Amino acid sequence: MSPRAAWRLESLGFQNVYDYEGGKLDWMAAGLPTEGADVKRKRAGDLAKKDAPTCTMDEKLGDVRARVKDAVVVINEHNIVMGILRSKELEQDGNLTIEQAMHPGPSTFRPYVTAADMADFMVGHHLECSPITTSEGKLVGLLYQADAVQAAKEGARSPQGA
Amino acid sequence: MPTQIDSDEVQRLVAVGAQLVEVLKPDEYEGEHLPGAISIPLKKLDGETAKVLDRSRPVIVYCWDSA
Repeated sequence: MSPRAAWRLESLGFQNVYDYEGGKLDWMAAGLPTEGADVKRKRAGDLAKKDAPTCTMDEKLGDVRARVKDAVVVINEHNIVMGILRSKELEQDGNLTIEQAMHPGPSTFRPYVTAADMADFMVGHHLECSPITTSEGKLVGLLYQADAVQAAKEGARSPQGA
Repeated sequence: MPTQIDSDEVQRLVAVGAQLVEVLKPDEYEGEHLPGAISIPLKKLDGETAKVLDRSRPVIVYCWDSA
């Protein structure tokens, strides 16, 4: 739609026209601010823990386990999510590398997904936590099921809903 | 020919005076839009509605994505 709008503006004589091809979805996925009536809805990006523990694939599970409590996101040097270790993976042999021990390619979610949708999915799929990423796969934070469920309940009680 | 840009370039251009235009339906704009954007739905974009835009400044249009 926006490419046609850009061409239309040029046909009207505008000479300095740009098309933001990623659009509103890309903007929201990057966690950038927005305005409007729905802004107060809690979304995955608002609720995700930005200081979530991370590790790399070449570390030893025992070393990582010593510094985290319940979950750790595996990233590469570009902050791209490569895997995750939740409670189950963290209980394995400490001599394993993270690459061997991790749950590879976990489902990730964009920051604009609402708390209610996240809560439904995470409860339905028994996910204790899920990585929130940009559309390029860069880690934004780690969302815990309990936080999504709590925010969904609070939204349902508010006059605007969630 | 319109230039395609990413979010970094949007922010840079807006900082130097570019105008943001959302071309989706009004209810989609009212729900959530980029800061400072105005609404001109594609179906209503013509010489009359475009008069709100300053021709001397860059104009950035966007919708949900590139579709």
